[in-house]
Amino acid sequence: MSQFVLRRLFWLVPTLLAISLITFLVMHATPGSPLQPTAANANPLPPAAQENLMRQYGLHRPLHEQYVIFVWKAARLDFGTSYVYRTRQVTDILKSTFPVSLHLGAMAMAFAVFVGVPLGIMAAVRRNGFIDYVASFVAVLGVSFPNFVIAIFLIVTVVLLLPNVIGFHIIPRTGGWTGPVDWILPTIALGLQPLGILARYTRSAMIEVLNQDFIRTAQAKGLAHHRVVIGHALKNGLIPPLTIAGPMFAAIATGSFFVEAVFRVPGMGRFFVESMLSRDYPMIMAVILLYGVFLAVMNIFVDVLYGVVDPRIRLS
Amino acid sequence: MGVLRNRRADPASAATGAPAKEARADALLHATRPHRTLWRDAFSRLIANRLALFGMLVIIAIVLMAIFAPLIAPYDYRDQHLGSTFQSPSSEWWLGTDNVGRDMFSRMIYGARVSMLVGLGAQLIILAIALPIGAVAGYAGGKVDNLLMRFVDVMYAFPQLLFVILIMAMLGRGLQNIFIAIGITGWVILARVVRAEFLSLREKDYVVSAHAAGAGPWRIVTKHILPNALTPIIVTITFGVPLAIFTEAALSFVGVGIAPPMPSWGGMVGDNQQYINSYWFLSLFPALAIALVMMSFTFFGDGLRDALDPRSGRR
Repeated sequence: MSQFVLRRLFWLVPTLLAISLITFLVMHATPGSPLQPTAANANPLPPAAQENLMRQYGLHRPLHEQYVIFVWKAARLDFGTSYVYRTRQVTDILKSTFPVSLHLGAMAMAFAVFVGVPLGIMAAVRRNGFIDYVASFVAVLGVSFPNFVIAIFLIVTVVLLLPNVIGFHIIPRTGGWTGPVDWILPTIALGLQPLGILARYTRSAMIEVLNQDFIRTAQAKGLAHHRVVIGHALKNGLIPPLTIAGPMFAAIATGSFFVEAVFRVPGMGRFFVESMLSRDYPMIMAVILLYGVFLAVMNIFVDVLYGVVDPRIRLS
Repeated sequence: MGVLRNRRADPASAATGAPAKEARADALLHATRPHRTLWRDAFSRLIANRLALFGMLVIIAIVLMAIFAPLIAPYDYRDQHLGSTFQSPSSEWWLGTDNVGRDMFSRMIYGARVSMLVGLGAQLIILAIALPIGAVAGYAGGKVDNLLMRFVDVMYAFPQLLFVILIMAMLGRGLQNIFIAIGITGWVILARVVRAEFLSLREKDYVVSAHAAGAGPWRIVTKHILPNALTPIIVTITFGVPLAIFTEAALSFVGVGIAPPMPSWGGMVGDNQQYINSYWFLSLFPALAIALVMMSFTFFGDGLRDALDPRSGRR
């Protein structure tokens, strides 16, 4: 087991190198320069000032040298100063904003797991019943509606229209990240898609398990229905949903940008587009690598969990 | 059942012997239902699925709307009516007007063009990239396959949406660049599907015997393997359409997608969400349109998968 984890962590290094190299190439192969102001109608910098900036950023070196220097520094978690926020280190900016995104992501994931999985189980147990229809409705909603669309729906219905109907505000405001009131809607908007996918997967996996012989045996022994479901079916039925938890976390992580934008959550999501549009090279690299590491670690975690839940699977 | 009982009840015909039996078998042979191709069969199954039919009709309606946009739209999508900005929906402005007085209804109709073009067009590009790569990797195997799979691993480790945004931010806005960005990132899924199909089909007896009969690799791939791999390819492409529509909407939403003044539903949501507290309908209607289109393609894709391969999906 620990050997497996170590080997996977070792593989992380070439993967991250490949990701950073691709990003580096895309950044430098496309037209445009970080030395020009991005504001519309701004005066271009004089050549002497550009020259100075280039030296300051180290952009005057040949590309391969720049890349080696980047890797050398990044290995020690030094991504340099942001080109946009010139007084702040990239790592400092991410240190203050990443926890907010992680908080939102964790809540959305918890919402998806603790609502989606039970929903799928109940849908499978009472097939074609009311809950089954609710579950498939939520699944369709989650799978086909982008999260920023859901966010808009939530704001319009819950914040703007509902108070006129019921006469008081359940959620009085949007924007900010100060208390639980601000957390509710972003969490739902971000979590609904994974919730739908989870419910769908859980349902079909549970139905498959419930049709198997050992379930019939358990029922024949005279076990109560809920004990058959919880004690026998659940263990096997939860394996398929577990396998998609890794990619799902990635969807939550990258999707958080849109939700953060709509609800004005002060997470790191806003640096996605901002840094890319202004060609803030150090910031782009740091953001993409952070998500790459996050994604890879989640996948390793899920694989380990997979082996724990299902002893038949040998980690190799 | 009825046939058996009749036979037993009528000993006379059984006694007449062989000629009658032969005639009966002949009649049965010719009484079989008319020959139906796989596609006809799948189509009738698809039509029988109500959700899939709903999806298909919505898609057809929106495609027609996109084609005939200039005839349907009451105004041009660029026309700014500065005297009547932020109008609520009324008989004159069906869906209201935006911050510079552009008719939302007209912009929504033109917005369908972008969504449909990206959704369907991107699939052609993805197909053109993924089919050859997946086919070579699956059919040739060995080193080529290994190389491809390593590359696919890296692409999977890349947060995909982030990569698309990066490419768009670097290349700049515009329809052509959206095709490039979606093409570069989107082919991986289809290439994997094609590879897996080719890998398993090349071991089949009929392929081996075609090979033994002297058929060249081109003939084997085009005549024997590809027709049998069509179903998963079609299904993957169908599910790729809403994904591409989503990607375009998301890109335009954050401002790196379609270049203005061309309207895109995602862009309209993104531009108008700052006014949501006062003029919520401005962002709600395009959001509804995105949701409706993606839902229709999901229903249609589900139905198509069940229709083409009746064994899957029926649980």
